[in-house]
Amino acid sequence: MRIEKHPILHFDRKREMHFLYNGKKIRAFEGETIASALHAADVKVLSHSVKYHRPRGFFCGIGKCSSCLMRVNGVPNIRTCITPVEDGMVVESDVNDLPSGEFPGAEKRELEAEILVVGAGPAGISAAIEAGRRGASVLLVDENRMMGGQLIKQTHKFFGSKKERAGTRGIEIARVLENEVREIAEHGRTKILLGTSVFGYYGRSGGMHFLAAVDRMNNVLYHIRAKKVIFSCGAQENMLTFPGNDLPGVYGAGGVQTLMNVYGIKPGNRVLMIGAGNVGLIVSYQLLQAGVEVDRVVEALPRIGGYSVHAAKLRRNGVPIYTSHSVKEVYGDGRVEGAIVAKLDENWNFVEGSEEDVKCDTVCLAVGLTPSARLLFQAGVKRSYIPEAGGHVAIHNREMETSVKGIYVAGDSSGIEEASTAMLEGKIAGLSAFISLGGGAGGGGDVDMDSGRILEEYMATLEDMRMGPFGSKARKAKEKILQEASNEGI
Amino acid sequence: MKEYENTGIIGIGELRIPSDEQLERGVAITECVQDIPCNPCVDACPVNAISMETINSPPVVDFDRCTGCAQCVAVCPGLAIFVVKKEEKAARITMPYEFIPLPEKGDRVRAIDREGNDVGDAEVLRVVKKKDGTYLVTVQVDAGLAMAVRNIRVVK
Repeated sequence: MRIEKHPILHFDRKREMHFLYNGKKIRAFEGETIASALHAADVKVLSHSVKYHRPRGFFCGIGKCSSCLMRVNGVPNIRTCITPVEDGMVVESDVNDLPSGEFPGAEKRELEAEILVVGAGPAGISAAIEAGRRGASVLLVDENRMMGGQLIKQTHKFFGSKKERAGTRGIEIARVLENEVREIAEHGRTKILLGTSVFGYYGRSGGMHFLAAVDRMNNVLYHIRAKKVIFSCGAQENMLTFPGNDLPGVYGAGGVQTLMNVYGIKPGNRVLMIGAGNVGLIVSYQLLQAGVEVDRVVEALPRIGGYSVHAAKLRRNGVPIYTSHSVKEVYGDGRVEGAIVAKLDENWNFVEGSEEDVKCDTVCLAVGLTPSARLLFQAGVKRSYIPEAGGHVAIHNREMETSVKGIYVAGDSSGIEEASTAMLEGKIAGLSAFISLGGGAGGGGDVDMDSGRILEEYMATLEDMRMGPFGSKARKAKEKILQEASNEGI
Repeated sequence: MKEYENTGIIGIGELRIPSDEQLERGVAITECVQDIPCNPCVDACPVNAISMETINSPPVVDFDRCTGCAQCVAVCPGLAIFVVKKEEKAARITMPYEFIPLPEKGDRVRAIDREGNDVGDAEVLRVVKKKDGTYLVTVQVDAGLAMAVRNIRVVK
C-alpha cells in the first residue's frame, strides 16, 4: 500500500528498519510513524474501545483522536500516529494501561522564555519568526517531530495574494517557514523543541505563566516559565453520527491526507468522500493523484461548499458530486466494505427508496473541524460557543490577546479558517506579544518605531482576505469574537 | 443557485468567450467565476492582460492583449485556466496536468470534457515541466472540441 510513484511528491525510503508489533516483525522506513507503518502492513485495527471492545482504526493521523494509543518500549498510551519508528522498537496494542499522572524516572528540565509558542503550524511558526527576528527569546514547542502543522500534507497550491505566498504549494510553504525559523534559532534567542507535548497550564504569578510539557519517548519533563504564551494548537476533525462510523476504514479526510502525502501510504483502493467543502474536494483530488479511486463525493447541503474550481478538477477526472446526499450507514466485518448513501429532503431526512450501495474500503469524513483550545480553557480564558468558528473558542481582541493578560491565540485554535489567515494571525500574535514585552533591558529586543505600523498592516491584510463570500463565515465568527471581547473589556 | 454550485461543472454560459479572431491567435480562458480571494494570475501575466477589480473578484482577460503564453495556466492554484487556439480544422488546448503517467510529445491520448467524458482523440504537441511539479500539456483536437476538451487521459 506504499505509493511508489507520485506526480508531485517523492518519498525517500532509503533506510529500512523493523519493529516488533505484538511480537510480529513489521517493516518500516525511516520517517514513518508507527501507525503509518502498521497501515502499510495492512494492520488497520489499532486498538479496541474500552467498554464494548469495538475495533478502532486510524482516524486523525495527527495525535488528536486517541484511537492509536499503544505501549511503546514499555511506555504506555503512546500516540503511535505521531511517533516515528525506531529500529528495534517494541510496540504492543490493546494494553489499556491507565494513565498514572506520574512520570517515574523522568529527567526534569527548567525552561524560561519571554514568549512561549505552543504549536509549530503555520500560525505558530509565523508568530515565532515575527517575535524571534526582532530579538525576543522565543520557545517554540510542538508535539510532532516535524514542523509545519498541516502544511506538510498540503500538496495543492495556495490561493490568496502573492504576498501571502499564493500559487505556492503548502508543502513548500512549510519548508520556507521552517528554514526561516531555524535560521533565527541558529543566530538568535529562539529555541525549538519538537516531539514534546505541552500538557498543562499551572497558573501565573509575578508576570510569569507556568506550564508543563513532556517528551514521553525520551522521558523528559519540562517546567516552562514564560512572560507571554501564544497558543496555536490547530484543530481536530469532526466525526459524523451514523451506524458503522467507528469501523476501521472510516477516516478523517485530513487523516488520509497525512497518511498518503506525508508518509506515502494509500488508505485503501476505493474511497467514498463525505463533504464537498474545500477539504473534501482537495483531498479527493489528491487521492486520485495517489492512484486511489474516488467513487463519489456526497454533500448534505444542496450546494457544493468548496471552490467551484476544485469541484471542476474532480468532475473532469470523472468523479461525481452528489449534493443533498449523505451517508446512512457504513458496513463491513471488522473493516469498511461499503456504505449506504441516500438523498436528503429539505428537512434533512433521508428520502426512502433513494438508497444506493457504494462498494468501498475507505470512507473519508470532511465535515468540518473543531478548534483545539483545551489548554486555553485550562488557563481560564473567557470562552464562547461560536458556531461559525467551529465551536468553543477563546474570546480575543484584534491583537489576538485573550482575557488572560499575556495569553494569545492564533490560527485554527482561535476559530476555524485556513492556513493563509493562520499565518497572518500568527504574525499578529507574535508581533503583539513582542510589542507588549516593551523591549529594552531584560525584556525582548527593541520595539522599533515601525512595529505598530506593521501590526496595523497585518490586520488590514487579514480583513481584506475575509472580504469575499467565501470569507463570510470567518468574518462573522471574528466579528462575534471581537464584539464579545469588547464587551468584556479585552 | 448556479448550476456549477450543484454539479461542479462550469457551463459555457458562465464564461466569457473570445471572438473567432481572438481564438485564432490563441488566448487564455479563465474558468474561474466565483469571488475567491486569489490573484497570482494577475501578477503572472507578462503583458498585463489579466485584471481584477479587487482580490476577491474573478479575473478578466483582455483577449486583445493576451498572447496565449500560458504563464497564468502554470500559476493558477485552481488549475482553472486554459489556453485555446482554434484554427479551421484543429484546436490546440494548453492545460495544467498533475497526474502520472505523463504524456510525451507525439502520444495519442484521450480527450476528456468537463464532465470526465471521453469525447475523442487528442495528439500531444508539447509537454512543459514547471519547477513546482505542474506540467503544461498542449494537445491538438478537432476544432469543434475547442471549448469542450479540458482534460486528457493517458493510456499507456
